[in-house]
Amino acid sequence: MSTPVLTQFLNELLNGRLKMVDLTQTLSPEFPTIVLPPEFGQAWPFRIEEISRYDERGPAWYWNNFSMSEHTGTHFDAPAHWISGKDLPDNTVDSMPVENFIAAACVIDVSKEAAENADFLLTIDYVKAWEEKHGRIPERSWVLLRTDWSKRATPKEYLNMAEDGAHSPGPDAEVVPWLIRERNVHGFGTESVGTDAGQAHHLNPPYPCHYFMHGNNRYGLQCLTNLDQLPPQGALIFAAPLKIRNGSGSPLRVLALTPSA
Amino acid sequence: MTEPLLKPRKKNPVERTRLATRPPGARSRTALGLTRAAAEGRFELQVCADCGSVQYPPREVCGYCLSEHLAWKPVDNRGELIALSTLRHSNDLYFRERLPWRVGTVKMTAGPVVVAHIHEDCAAPEGTGVPVRLTLKLDRSGQAVLHALPAKDTPNMNDAAQMRESTCDPKFRRVLVTDGKSAMGLATARAMLDAGAATIFLGDPSSWKTVAAFDKLAADPRVQVVELDVTDTDSVDRVAASIGGKVEILVNTASHLRDGGILGRKDVILARDAMEVNVLGLMRLAQAFGPGMCFRAADGSNHAVAWVNVLSIHALAALPSRGAWSASMAAALSASQTLRAELRGAGVRVLNVFPGPIEEDWEQLTPPPKLAPAAVAKAIVKGLQDGIEDLYVGDIAEEIRERLRDNHKAVERELGQ
Ligand SMILES: [Zn+2]
Repeated sequence: MSTPVLTQFLNELLNGRLKMVDLTQTLSPEFPTIVLPPEFGQAWPFRIEEISRYDERGPAWYWNNFSMSEHTGTHFDAPAHWISGKDLPDNTVDSMPVENFIAAACVIDVSKEAAENADFLLTIDYVKAWEEKHGRIPERSWVLLRTDWSKRATPKEYLNMAEDGAHSPGPDAEVVPWLIRERNVHGFGTESVGTDAGQAHHLNPPYPCHYFMHGNNRYGLQCLTNLDQLPPQGALIFAAPLKIRNGSGSPLRVLALTPSA
Repeated sequence: MTEPLLKPRKKNPVERTRLATRPPGARSRTALGLTRAAAEGRFELQVCADCGSVQYPPREVCGYCLSEHLAWKPVDNRGELIALSTLRHSNDLYFRERLPWRVGTVKMTAGPVVVAHIHEDCAAPEGTGVPVRLTLKLDRSGQAVLHALPAKDTPNMNDAAQMRESTCDPKFRRVLVTDGKSAMGLATARAMLDAGAATIFLGDPSSWKTVAAFDKLAADPRVQVVELDVTDTDSVDRVAASIGGKVEILVNTASHLRDGGILGRKDVILARDAMEVNVLGLMRLAQAFGPGMCFRAADGSNHAVAWVNVLSIHALAALPSRGAWSASMAAALSASQTLRAELRGAGVRVLNVFPGPIEEDWEQLTPPPKLAPAAVAKAIVKGLQDGIEDLYVGDIAEEIRERLRDNHKAVERELGQ
């Protein structure tokens, strides 16, 4: 009985009433990777080397080797990424249920606030006010924070480092458990380099989005782009991480399906 | 007196770029003793252990008593120029392009009579000999040759064409400092400017990070910032495509230094990071910049001339408390020796720098003495001006090098304690 639904879906896609939006940043060596204090191990940035390009190394074919960490570029955070999620069932990218690769999305636009204050924190009150306008966040929905951070032109502006560390928006320590408890969300996604704010190490607990989301077997998406092309409600997200054994996360292609405006 | 070198005019773009030629390079194995001394900036000849006579040219047995006990030792470099001639014709491609060329005969205070290249500021002998100082330099083939210099320094003497041939003076040259944000990179850039470099291309491996000293240096009109991360092949290629034809001296200051041995970790990530920067970074730079530098190795008075690797004395002897890093230093030294062989064909010199510990963030817990980055940078400039190949900076580096010759096993045991 599901075949007519899929047929209808494909028709809607082909006739343009549905469109696909790519929420993925291009993987390139220049794209910034999260920076930890230098005494810690660092996530590898994206690096690429040509194996051959129709040349003496391989006359008829072009291919590359690349290297990067699980948390480079647009990527997925599995619960095992954080200590709070380390003992949960199915908490790695290879073991998580495949149904969870598809979920609805609510897009909360804080781009105006973020432009005025790089340290802007999303609060419960802000989300409640958003719900007044756009409706209650449905269960099992991604909450995506639109900050327009993906439009920042240079790594310097994107990471926004000062002497006291990075400055970028994120959720505060109260809204994350509230979203899980009261709205049973699927996960949290951002345009910046992490799901938490740049200064989130000063919050209590530090990195609340990582701590609570992963501690409750929820997911994270970061380094997203094109969130400005999604409606506040009504988009569907397809986000399937690579099947890395015991992987804590993975770079991936994040696609949104959304009604054409 | 030598005319001061003028800032070279802009090149005529429709003239063919002159390709590098080299002076005759073959030497006997014994004569390579001179090369070793010249490469490290010393003046040494063989001295007979039995009769004490100083030998020249290098030989297997003493020219006076036939003893086989000849040792390379520092000797008095003074002498008298007794005959001078100016070559105006030569069938050798290298010298043909550099005529007239002064050669002469010097009677050394230490005994031997030698044939040497004669600096243009040395007066011609008329009846009596003219006092001169001899120096051993590497020529463009990388082999040692004797140069006679005036007894006392003269103004602009390093600007003489003959001197420019066997040295790598930064004056009027354009220098790429690959990591300009490190303490060593900043100091190197400043020292090159002080030495008269025309342009510094200052590499920035982390544009997201603000470093006040870097920004200050970048404000100098002679400094041009280039985003360069030696771990990123695209980045290296992009910079080479943009400035590769202008780099006359490349100083690789990119460095990854972390503490830790081998057994104490569960992964090779730090080791791999060190190799990425210290070894593969060097190779990426070589592949991207080496061919262009070779092509420009005879291009005017400010032709491409030198490649500098800032290594560590621990390239020669591992420091087990930094085992992975030491391995990367040894690998970088090995790669640089290949690079030296590959660049020698064009006469581009590779200067390897072996400092002891330097005063910088990652050496915080290293007990003194530590070298100021400015002191190392100054030594690099002098090394280029002297045209040497191997530079040991500081007491610790000198001591380790001496002791490696004496008993390398003792060094190995002691560094491992
Ligand atoms: Zn003898």
